[in-house]
Amino acid sequence: MGSRASTLLRDEEIEEIKKETGFSHSQITRLYSRFTSLDKGENGTLSREDFQRIPELAINPLGDRIINAFFSDGEDQVNFRAFMRTLAHFRPIEDNEKGKDPSSSEPLNSRNNKLLFAFRLYDLDKDDKISREELLQVLRMMVGVNISDEQLGSIADRTIQEADQDGDSAISFPEFVKVLEKVDVEQKMSIRFLH
Amino acid sequence: MERALSILYFVVLLNATLAGASDSSKPDGHGSDSSGGHNSHDSGHGEGHSPDGLQIVSFKWHHVEAPYIIAVWILVASLAKIVFHMSHKVTNVVPESALLIFLGLLLGGVVWGADHSASFTLTPTIFFFYLLPPIVLDAGYFMPNRLFFGNLGTILMYAVIGTVWNAALTGLSLYGVFLTGIMGPLQAGLLDFLLFGSLIAAVDPVAVLAVFEEVHVNDVLFIIVFGESLLNDAVTVVLYNVFDSFVAIGGENVTGVDCVKGIVSFFVVSIGGTLIGIIFALLLSFVTRFTKHVRIIEPGFVFIISYLSYLTSEMLSLSAILAITFAGVCCQKYVNANINEQSVTTVRYTMKMLASGSETIVFMFLGISAVDPNIWTWNTAFILLTLVFISVYRVIGVVIQTWLLNRYRMVQLEIIDQVVMSYGGLRGAVAFALVALLDPEKVKERNLFVSTTIIVVYFTVIFQGLTIKPLVSWLKVKRSEHRDPLLNEKLHGRAFDHILSAIEDISGQIGHNYMRDKWAKFERRFLSKLLMRRSAQKSRDQILNVFHELNIKDAISYVAEGERRGSLAFIRSASTDQLVNVDFSTQRPSIVDASVSALLRGNPSSVCLDMQAIEEKRKSVRDKEDTLSHHVLQQYLYKPRHQTRHKYSRHAITPNTEDNKQEKEIFRRTMKKRLESFKSTKLGVNYSKKSIKNYKKDSGRCKKKKKSVALLNGRISWGIDNPTFISDENVMVRPAIPPWLSNEDTVVPSQRARVQIPWSPNNFRRLTPLRLSTRSVDSFQMADGPVPEHPRMTLPEGTHL
Repeated sequence: MGSRASTLLRDEEIEEIKKETGFSHSQITRLYSRFTSLDKGENGTLSREDFQRIPELAINPLGDRIINAFFSDGEDQVNFRAFMRTLAHFRPIEDNEKGKDPSSSEPLNSRNNKLLFAFRLYDLDKDDKISREELLQVLRMMVGVNISDEQLGSIADRTIQEADQDGDSAISFPEFVKVLEKVDVEQKMSIRFLH
Repeated sequence: MERALSILYFVVLLNATLAGASDSSKPDGHGSDSSGGHNSHDSGHGEGHSPDGLQIVSFKWHHVEAPYIIAVWILVASLAKIVFHMSHKVTNVVPESALLIFLGLLLGGVVWGADHSASFTLTPTIFFFYLLPPIVLDAGYFMPNRLFFGNLGTILMYAVIGTVWNAALTGLSLYGVFLTGIMGPLQAGLLDFLLFGSLIAAVDPVAVLAVFEEVHVNDVLFIIVFGESLLNDAVTVVLYNVFDSFVAIGGENVTGVDCVKGIVSFFVVSIGGTLIGIIFALLLSFVTRFTKHVRIIEPGFVFIISYLSYLTSEMLSLSAILAITFAGVCCQKYVNANINEQSVTTVRYTMKMLASGSETIVFMFLGISAVDPNIWTWNTAFILLTLVFISVYRVIGVVIQTWLLNRYRMVQLEIIDQVVMSYGGLRGAVAFALVALLDPEKVKERNLFVSTTIIVVYFTVIFQGLTIKPLVSWLKVKRSEHRDPLLNEKLHGRAFDHILSAIEDISGQIGHNYMRDKWAKFERRFLSKLLMRRSAQKSRDQILNVFHELNIKDAISYVAEGERRGSLAFIRSASTDQLVNVDFSTQRPSIVDASVSALLRGNPSSVCLDMQAIEEKRKSVRDKEDTLSHHVLQQYLYKPRHQTRHKYSRHAITPNTEDNKQEKEIFRRTMKKRLESFKSTKLGVNYSKKSIKNYKKDSGRCKKKKKSVALLNGRISWGIDNPTFISDENVMVRPAIPPWLSNEDTVVPSQRARVQIPWSPNNFRRLTPLRLSTRSVDSFQMADGPVPEHPRMTLPEGTHL
């Protein structure tokens, strides 16, 4: 039969999630109800089909990739913790983060982590570099059908050229961060989660 | 241009003859007496009862006078529209409403010259009974409901609090200035000023629409200003009536009880009006459910019942604008589902025609009515101060309210939005009509108020309408002028937008909240059953099911269709790698000219607030190829959800086809990818986990057992039969034995697939929405049942956490 995750969220869990992600209590409960409403199989985890059932994702060019981002390597189910962990990247950055001990790693929604999330979307083979092919794929996904192969290739080349500093024709994560330093990532990659 | 001029001459001539002809009786004019001196058509007064015998032809002017004049005015207005649109240069700069006012002034001058009396003016009766309802109904019927109700809190705040704020402050400030004596002697008291303040404070829906038509702003901003202009009617009506009656009973007799009554009446008026609108909308939806056999007159019901809602509300002295707005808002869904295609089109076009025509006539008459020296009273201080006060208070009001609202809103309202909101708060015909309704006996300074209102309306419509476009473009350019974005920034920025939209959709922050879900459930269970035709309900469920459980065969054919048409030519993945095989022999390079005009999507008369493209123009420093890349990206990157332009337009019906195209492309592509991974897992080919995207179309919502038997016995048209599909893949196809029927040892699907594959006949129901019969309705209906609570038999559940 398989173990059913409890449908109620225990307070300890909420506390843990709160510490890890920084969401507030009410946000967590609200997102939990969203989680359960997506979970059609009612087994406490989300599968890819559950995500794909959201119609708006079908018309989002990066939809499938973003769905993948929720699943860690080798996993086919997302439990609530993992769900929250991914969503935590999109919390707005606040100036004061209470209750966080200074020795812990930077919060999930730091600018660096936001950029890392996006970087991982591009970097499929996980070699910490965005190669020309990977960039081409993303470009192709984000662009209409009227652009020819050569044009797209040249755009990809110029994009890499702009960012590449060590001359390896690929964009590493530090280069990625550097080229986007003037972009207001905090605002562009943040959602105000409802309380 | 000559054609334009000749039409203009004709129009003016027509006017002059009309003025002369209608001297003795004026059905829709103000009661000013005619001089009677210019009777060129006196001979026509005879009714043909000449004693000399039978008249073969007689000129019966009086017989047709009233309808004739009305028809001619409508003709004049429409001809004017033709003339204006002949010149794009002019309409680019000057909003149509302003042009119509000018024309009205001209015609008014002609009429005056011919007759020395104001024969035609915009009477409140005609305006409120015949001209305003179509405009408001059109607004309600085409209202983007989701956007509207999503921002309802904001809209209500601006409409109620904003209007009260404006009205109170304007009235009080004018009174205060009056007390200082600058205005000179006026026979007006505090209540008169408050009354004036209440009618001049309201933003006018007609004017707002007319101007925002030209300046394309984003959805949210548009809906806020527009919604505000519609909903503030309740406030205006209440304030106006309250102060009017206060003025009537005299300032000294006003008691506290009356004030309380006023506040109560606000709630009664607004909520009552809304309820009436909803009741009539329900009635309309219910009626259209049964009009299957009277298709020809279906459209008529929409108009009659909506109009009745307006009149009923007016009769009960509730807010008529609110009633007809909500009638339109609530009925759209059901009416569109119930009546047949052609009726839908008919309703749409007729509504647009009536609304557009009414708007034209309104503005033209605004011009004509001004040419009446009898009503002109000039008081510089009053007029100037009114203008100043309404502008200043509006700005302050908007800023304060926005600051408050931004703390609770998800989508923040920025400075430029606030500028547009303040500047776009136009006054229009409603204010004029209200002021014309004032009784000169009770309000001694009525003429002064009328003149001031006219000036204010002209100022806002003409001056503000003219300058809003340049202002907005200047501001936007100014804001984004600081540096040129890198290619990377553009690309990744756009990617971020897409990511954000996706996360919003996943986390349900936009478009899904508790109330909305509850409402959707309630609506589905009760309202739709009651108000929608059976066939419409079925097809609606079908549409929903397409999203939720895409029939694989349908998807295959859908994708095949797309491939055939060439849009998927570039995705021809022979492997399930993510690597997209770009193959472009057929596409021609589409960027030849790097001109900026090619970048400005949409029609040239609109000012897109996303002005990055304009900004490109200024950067001449870049080398050509760099510019080219930027242009290509700018033009062809898919737009994220927030940037789609608003779909409401007074003068056009067709929706934005570009967005649809983009959506279709992405949808096809996504479905194809999902399909392939699904198919590949089903056929047992073992791929690395990363590249598997399992697409499972049904989560077991079907419950009919007999269907599963049919599946077992009948031909399982599993899509393997589809030749297109097969030819694409070089996969060994096991013809008639789906993997789950065969010996399970031979095939090793991924663990995920194994969980989903039904292992026993009982679980076949999961796959039943296949199109087993040609009557697709059945298979979809089958799929609609709830999930049966049956135990998953011996499936490994180790993946659960």
